[in-house]
Amino acid sequence: MSVKVYVPCDAAAVSVGADAVAKSVAEQISSRRLNATLVRNGSRGMFWLEPLVEVETPQGRIAYGPVSVDSVASLFDAGFLEGKAHALRLGPTEEIPFLKRQERLTFARCGITDPLSLSDYVSHGGYRGLERALKLAPEAIVEEVTNSGLRGRGGAGFPTGIKWRTVLNTSAEQKYIVCNADEGDSGTYADRMIMEGDPFVLIEGMTIAGIAVGATSGYIYLRSEYPHAFRTLRRAISIAYDKGYLGENVAGSGKRFDLDVRMGAGAYICGEETSLLESLEGKRGQIRFKPPLPAIRGLFGKPTVINNVISLATVPIILDKGGEYYKNFGMGRSRGTLTIQLAGNIKHGGLVEKAFGLSLRDAIYEFGGGTASGRPLRAVQVGGPLGAYFPESLLDTPLDYEAFAERKGMLGHGGVVVFDDTVDLAHQARFAMEFCAVESCGKCTPCRVGSTRGVEVIDKIVADQDRTRNLELLDDLCEVLTDGSLCALGGLIPYPVQSAIRHFPEDFHKPAPPHPANGSAVADKVPGKVEERQSWR
Amino acid sequence: MANPRAWDTERALTKIKELEHLPGALLPILHALQDEFGYVDKAAIPLIAGALNLSHAEVHGVISFYHDFRHAPPGKHVLKMCRAEACQSMGCESTIRHVEKRLGVRLGETTDDRSFTVDAVYCLGNCALSPAVMLDGKLYGRVSREVADFLIDSAQRHA
Repeated sequence: MSVKVYVPCDAAAVSVGADAVAKSVAEQISSRRLNATLVRNGSRGMFWLEPLVEVETPQGRIAYGPVSVDSVASLFDAGFLEGKAHALRLGPTEEIPFLKRQERLTFARCGITDPLSLSDYVSHGGYRGLERALKLAPEAIVEEVTNSGLRGRGGAGFPTGIKWRTVLNTSAEQKYIVCNADEGDSGTYADRMIMEGDPFVLIEGMTIAGIAVGATSGYIYLRSEYPHAFRTLRRAISIAYDKGYLGENVAGSGKRFDLDVRMGAGAYICGEETSLLESLEGKRGQIRFKPPLPAIRGLFGKPTVINNVISLATVPIILDKGGEYYKNFGMGRSRGTLTIQLAGNIKHGGLVEKAFGLSLRDAIYEFGGGTASGRPLRAVQVGGPLGAYFPESLLDTPLDYEAFAERKGMLGHGGVVVFDDTVDLAHQARFAMEFCAVESCGKCTPCRVGSTRGVEVIDKIVADQDRTRNLELLDDLCEVLTDGSLCALGGLIPYPVQSAIRHFPEDFHKPAPPHPANGSAVADKVPGKVEERQSWR
Repeated sequence: MANPRAWDTERALTKIKELEHLPGALLPILHALQDEFGYVDKAAIPLIAGALNLSHAEVHGVISFYHDFRHAPPGKHVLKMCRAEACQSMGCESTIRHVEKRLGVRLGETTDDRSFTVDAVYCLGNCALSPAVMLDGKLYGRVSREVADFLIDSAQRHA
């Protein structure tokens, strides 16, 4: 039998050379006339080991990594097709501690299968959730999701079952399922990984949602920064149509579900659900007033389920194994697993799927191995650009929605960005305001104007101009943003700013730098910061 | 990067015709035009407005809202450099300053010889391999100054 060699096709793996490694592996197989097959799998999520090459042996899959093009020939020389010794040999993949200690439910297949092989998908438990859903009444499907305790993984943590129930109970001739794949938070890549590594699980989850609430049409709204995921989804959707898992007769049930993927256009705000719906309708991505909720009046004014990628990709396993099974993972009101994404200045960056409740410290040190630079950790930002900066002293916080909220932080989409002791938190606070200014949709004044004022006030604080009064002014401005903004962008941008001031006050009280060009030298997108444009020409 | 064609009204109309039936067709049309020509020409506005029964202002408003849509053709190579938090923690700003100096542009600008457009981007989803950049649609990780130089050199060689 032909030996299978796995080289990931995940964009992150490709970003450090996986395509070139795959090409080289294929060349070696052909020039040495070996009985081996190259498979492009998703990523296992151990990015510091990418490109991670695996070989299927009678003893299971053996991992080698990080593999460079230059080392491919020596792997073949060493007999890696039989799993033999080599300097890059990591042992059985499943035994690598980073992976072994995880509880992979949503990501059960990611990195194991060929993402575009429907037979791989089905032989690894795929479409069992849909099969069961098709035997249940719509109410029973919604009940199962409600019982699982699944909460929106996009960041807000709203119970998924309640959203679904509202749509189910709202009658309309047309309803929609919309997947929010506008994963814009820095430090997050779980959505991208699952869309590239196991796209059928998202398609299955959306199909189940459609059948549950009576929606016959679905859209995946994908950010344009993810061209690889776009291509994978397009192909997966077309395969699902060909094999009768999408279209007018889903899996022979007589029920219809159509699915399309649409590309965003580089606007962070379109991750906010009402902006996303506006954008899908072909408009400026400006947020809508709520109510009415999208579940009542969503896409094109119709009842719409709008969920994050991970929420929808978790639905198949809940239907397959039951809500009770899923609920048994986790702590407090945070049930099931969280996909933690270790990012930034971290030695072992990657995806950790684990029941809620792991401490931030264990995530960073036990899994992540500390900073990449080897310098002391100084700050951690959890939950994307709107999340708080935590100091070392808060690292024992469990990864749980409520525990983070109690400490004026936000778990968000589970991104953990680590900074070493070279970070300047005043600079990070300024960046937060600057980002808000660049990405504000402009609908409400606190966010549109307040963000630019925020940049200016922080510049004055750093330059030691009337520092005490400007710190008070910044506090006041943050209060206006929190209370007066229409959505989470303006409403939460005070989180990173005020946490930086609260936990790292010394960074706001340094002597003023010698010249006023403090902050970012690349801050040219902010209004009023376009000086010296031509100076290098 | 495939050389985009010069603006061509007939070709634009064909693209618009192919997509105008879609619900919420405006973004797909704008993407298609930008894929074809490298930017969205002002001349496209009345064509789209006519096809979708929108006002010129509505179409212009959408084009100007989204960071992706260009109003003029980009350089031969487009380098998108991430400057979000994860990449900052790994020193992206130093790489960005280096590239800006080397090419003599700031983020958002095109070099005088039109060989490069350098854009800021906020997260490419490669945050475990920061700093990340995207050159002509291809993603790269761990982009130090040296890697950035290598990428620019290679692009210039294959000009």
